[in-house]
Amino acid sequence: MTKYVGRRLVQAAFVLWLAVTLAFAGLQLTPGDPAQALLAASGATPEQVAERRAQLGLDDPLPHQYARYLWNLARGDLGQSWLHGRPVGQMIWEQLPATVELAVAATMVGIVLGLALGILAALRRSTWLDTVTTAVSVVGLSTPTYWSGLVAILLFSLYLRWLPATGEGDLRHLILPALVLGFALSGSIARLVRARVVEVMEEPYVLAARARGLPSWRVLLVHVLRPALPAALTVVALQLGFLLGGAVVTESVFARRGLGKLAVEAILWRDLPVVQGVVVVGALAYVLVNLTADLMQTWLIPRLQEELT
Amino acid sequence: MIARVIAWTTQSPRSLLRQAVALAALTWLTLAVMGSLLAPLLAPAGPLAADTTRSLLPPGPGGLLGTDLLGREVLTRLLWGGRQTLGMGLLAMTVTVGLGLPAGLLAGFFGGRVESITMRLADALLAFPGLLLAMAAIAVLGPGTASVAMAVGLAAAPAYARVARSAAIEVRTQPYVEAARALGGDAWRILARHVLPNTAAPLIAFAVAQLGWVLLNGAALNFLGLGARSGTPEWGAMLNEGRGYLRDAPWVSGFPGLALTVTVLAANLLGDGLQRALRPR
Repeated sequence: MTKYVGRRLVQAAFVLWLAVTLAFAGLQLTPGDPAQALLAASGATPEQVAERRAQLGLDDPLPHQYARYLWNLARGDLGQSWLHGRPVGQMIWEQLPATVELAVAATMVGIVLGLALGILAALRRSTWLDTVTTAVSVVGLSTPTYWSGLVAILLFSLYLRWLPATGEGDLRHLILPALVLGFALSGSIARLVRARVVEVMEEPYVLAARARGLPSWRVLLVHVLRPALPAALTVVALQLGFLLGGAVVTESVFARRGLGKLAVEAILWRDLPVVQGVVVVGALAYVLVNLTADLMQTWLIPRLQEELT
Repeated sequence: MIARVIAWTTQSPRSLLRQAVALAALTWLTLAVMGSLLAPLLAPAGPLAADTTRSLLPPGPGGLLGTDLLGREVLTRLLWGGRQTLGMGLLAMTVTVGLGLPAGLLAGFFGGRVESITMRLADALLAFPGLLLAMAAIAVLGPGTASVAMAVGLAAAPAYARVARSAAIEVRTQPYVEAARALGGDAWRILARHVLPNTAAPLIAFAVAQLGWVLLNGAALNFLGLGARSGTPEWGAMLNEGRGYLRDAPWVSGFPGLALTVTVLAANLLGDGLQRALRPR
């Protein structure tokens, strides 16, 4: 078990290092002079640009720059925005809460909806209900959030006037974006939960529990739901990339603050350190969440611990 | 070998036909491609023909799917937009398969160092959230429609490489490949003659499934304004343009969104159907 955890940690660190290195390489491949870009707004003289180059260490050999980049990253320094001259880490830190809020709310919607759809489909397997719930989950997977979001705004804000269309503030602003993104997420959760529940329903212990005459809700809650939860958990972790990407688009649809807005503006202005920072933070989140999910799964499913040792 | 291919081509469509859903998906995709290809014939006025006297007309007998703010026909723009959106999907899949297929097949077939290098690289790329990876690629390439296609194609490549690798590994251990190797066959020849044809079925199916992802995210990038210039008839960009008058003219955003959703759905369903039909039992 300890050996597995250790191996998994080394693996995660390696993937992260490679990802961070790719981000560095990407910035190197981009044409343009960062010092020039940083000073462009103030109309600096060539001497000032040269001085700034030296200051930023852009004249150093590439391995030096790379080592400094890794060292800065390790200290949490993501560089400086070319456009605003502010630390990228600080800019991301300011936008992070809005995105995390949306992502967490959407995940909760996705899990509840995905579990409900998946269990319903599995319990009524091969009936019209199974077909309908499976269809709903496929549609959820295929519907662009930038379209379902607009439909939701049209329906709930413009026609019914129940909820505010755009902006942020109180919880009411969070409901529509979280539902839209959560619905998109629920499809893949429902698929896996359905498969898992179908499997579990045929396990001897479930048959035994039913044969003992336990109430069906109890069988469902204790014997079926518990094994299905790790499945949902893994999907959520694997879908974190989808979730972050979806959050970027959903933020734009509902005119919310967040990492998405930051990244889109940075790309349009070619503010590459900011783009790099957002991408690196995204990769970090993905690797850490998947590591946690893997470790939690071995903890939730004792059988795996034996297999791994 | 030839017999196998014939068996595959004659048998799999039949097992596919049994799945009415996959057939419907195929029909829609065919219609969408035909509509886009024939756009100059079906809508000769072109997607930019404006007529401000016909601004924001609702759908109906006069305007079919209505008009946008500048009085341009939504149906016309939808047909021409298909050329942009589906063309983007095609270019992106070319990039995905072009990068992922050789990398995955070589990794799976040769194993060893080739495999560990390409697969670690794929792992690292998969650590980036797909859409963010595509956005980073656009930042490097600069905004534009071609950049969007290449960026989503690149973002989809690591997953394709992984699937290609497992397909190659499966075939590598088959008796006919081992026999060819034992007879001293040239590795590249075995790769081309035995491995490639026998991995084709699952890899085509996976490519179709990935087409859905590519279309969804490519149009998302256009929606965000990172690709097509405003005014370009592209489904994602059209969706974005219609947002301004969503209340008064929901059809301007609605129809491009519907077309995109149905197309992505069709690609996903067809991909699923193919994967199920082609899975050996």
